Amino acid sequence: MAASGAQRRIKSISYAKYGYLFILPFFIVYFIFQLWPLINTFILSVHGNGNASEKNTTSNDVLVGLSNYKTLLSGGDTRNEEQQHAEFFKAFKTTIILWIGNFVPQIILSLSLAAWFTDARLKIVGKGFFKVVMYMPNIITAASVSVLFMSLCSDKGAVNQILSSMGLSTVDFLKGTAASRGVVMFIQTWLWFGNTMIMLMSGIMGISPSLFEAAEIDGASSTQTFWKITMPLLSPIMAYTLVTSMIGGLQMFDIPYLYHTGTEINKDIQTIAVYIFQRYKNKNGAQFGYAGAASVLLFIVTVILGSITFYLNRDPDEVAKKKQRKKLIKDAKAKSKQFGGLSI
Amino acid sequence: MSKDMKSTYGKAPDSYSKKIKIKSWVLFAWMVILTIICLFPIYLLLVNSTRTSIQIGNGFTLIPSTHFSENFKNLTQNSQFKSSINMAYGYKNSAIITISATILTVFFSALTAYGIHVYDFKLKEISYTVILLVMMVPVQVTGAGFLSFMISLNLHNTFWPLILPAVAAPAVVYFMRSYMKSSFPLEIVEAARIDGSGEFGTFVKIAIPMMKPAIAVQSIFAFISNWNNLYTPQMILLSVGVEKKTLPMMMASLTASDKIDYGVVYMAITLSVVPIIVAYVFLSKYIIAGVALGGVKE
Repeated sequence: MAASGAQRRIKSISYAKYGYLFILPFFIVYFIFQLWPLINTFILSVHGNGNASEKNTTSNDVLVGLSNYKTLLSGGDTRNEEQQHAEFFKAFKTTIILWIGNFVPQIILSLSLAAWFTDARLKIVGKGFFKVVMYMPNIITAASVSVLFMSLCSDKGAVNQILSSMGLSTVDFLKGTAASRGVVMFIQTWLWFGNTMIMLMSGIMGISPSLFEAAEIDGASSTQTFWKITMPLLSPIMAYTLVTSMIGGLQMFDIPYLYHTGTEINKDIQTIAVYIFQRYKNKNGAQFGYAGAASVLLFIVTVILGSITFYLNRDPDEVAKKKQRKKLIKDAKAKSKQFGGLSI
Repeated sequence: MSKDMKSTYGKAPDSYSKKIKIKSWVLFAWMVILTIICLFPIYLLLVNSTRTSIQIGNGFTLIPSTHFSENFKNLTQNSQFKSSINMAYGYKNSAIITISATILTVFFSALTAYGIHVYDFKLKEISYTVILLVMMVPVQVTGAGFLSFMISLNLHNTFWPLILPAVAAPAVVYFMRSYMKSSFPLEIVEAARIDGSGEFGTFVKIAIPMMKPAIAVQSIFAFISNWNNLYTPQMILLSVGVEKKTLPMMMASLTASDKIDYGVVYMAITLSVVPIIVAYVFLSKYIIAGVALGGVKE
């Protein structure tokens, strides 16, 4: 046993360089294309907004300290700064509204479907077909989906034609605040419920079947089984779904960015990702300062959410191993103390 | 009362199974409704792509018309659309970017996962933790810094910033590592060494064939997400002509014109959507299995 341990150690020394060699490309590319841009975003956030066509703006190269953050979070003296502040907060609020409006119906739908699909007592014909169809919207190009719904919901689009043929008044789905937000929520739910359903299904199938059998023998109804067995055991996966959906919601871009006609985007559905994008792709010159500051604020929120996921997503084996290792070290230390602190 | 109870007890198994049968059929009806909701927009899209703009404006119908080729002609030849949409260029550019990015993602993710799984080195644990930590940083956060960096390197308006970053895909590495943990015994590497195989040769000739299922699933997902990607191309390709635009960018340009010929718009959407739906019909089994494994981390 000891010999094999020693052998392994020798091997690990002689082959370690291949380990570094194999992971090197990943880290080189990561540093150039992801880490440096992230640091660069922080750098940009403390620089000016280089808008040459307007007065009173500082160039991208001039250090301005935290003034971009101040402008975004609490406004400023000029009208332009007040406008940035208002737009940033509106975008943040919109993101939260749109996320809640698509997450709540989505989770109810996905969870109930997942419970029904995995219920062995129910005999639903064509389960496989339903799963395939319900996942399908998720693989379709979101940009195409957005333009499709824009066309269907336009003034003379199919939806308004159906409404007027039923004798109802037509709705401005493209420009009305509540209506346009409602459509975006619907599209997001339509795109994602199949994906969430399959993830929850695999979670439910990971629960030991003997628990369900025992519940059935004890005479529990489907409802009781769902609330007393499925839900408590599914809670880690539910929490994981919640947090990943939140992070995904913060990135919501394609649909809000494209759901409009003409060249101006609809401000009522402008999410934080769209706001950032609009800043650094501004027609009147890139406002990298505001874009950077807003990105950093978004990054902080994401880091908080991400660390929750990371905590939930830990490998239980690794955690147990680490604990064991710590205990061994502790024991060894205690033992060496017994020998009067003599190291061998 | 007692009579009632007795009869209920006597018939219990029968009424129980009947109840389940009814519930099954009610649920079946609900799923049919959901299926219709999922498919209806796509069906309307296909129908409308066969109708002229005037027909579309006059009323909606579920019956296809006969102007499919006319719309196609308008899309490809009308000067109004020529400057912003050219489906042939769209397919070509999207294919170039998507295929290269997918190959890079899958190959280098497998290599990174293999390096971490097979070898013991000092920074092993910490590098894996770093990969897990950066998995969640979205491109929207780094976008501003990425674009300004690419402009300073003069790489904007080229495909390189859309292809090269694919080498570092933390979520795919995570998936591959999990797969290797469960189905790649280290004894195989030892055996290959005894047989005189080089380290990189072992990876290419033994590890990759053994990881085929994981590679297949991740290729499909990498392909879909790159093919559908609007954010990065829209950001990097700042001022390019139609001959360098990707398909989603062309979709984006459809909304920009104020006067819209809806027949042509539906036609363009159809052409962008149909290939991926056809691919999905054939690959749905693997895709759904992959999602169930947690293969998608958006």
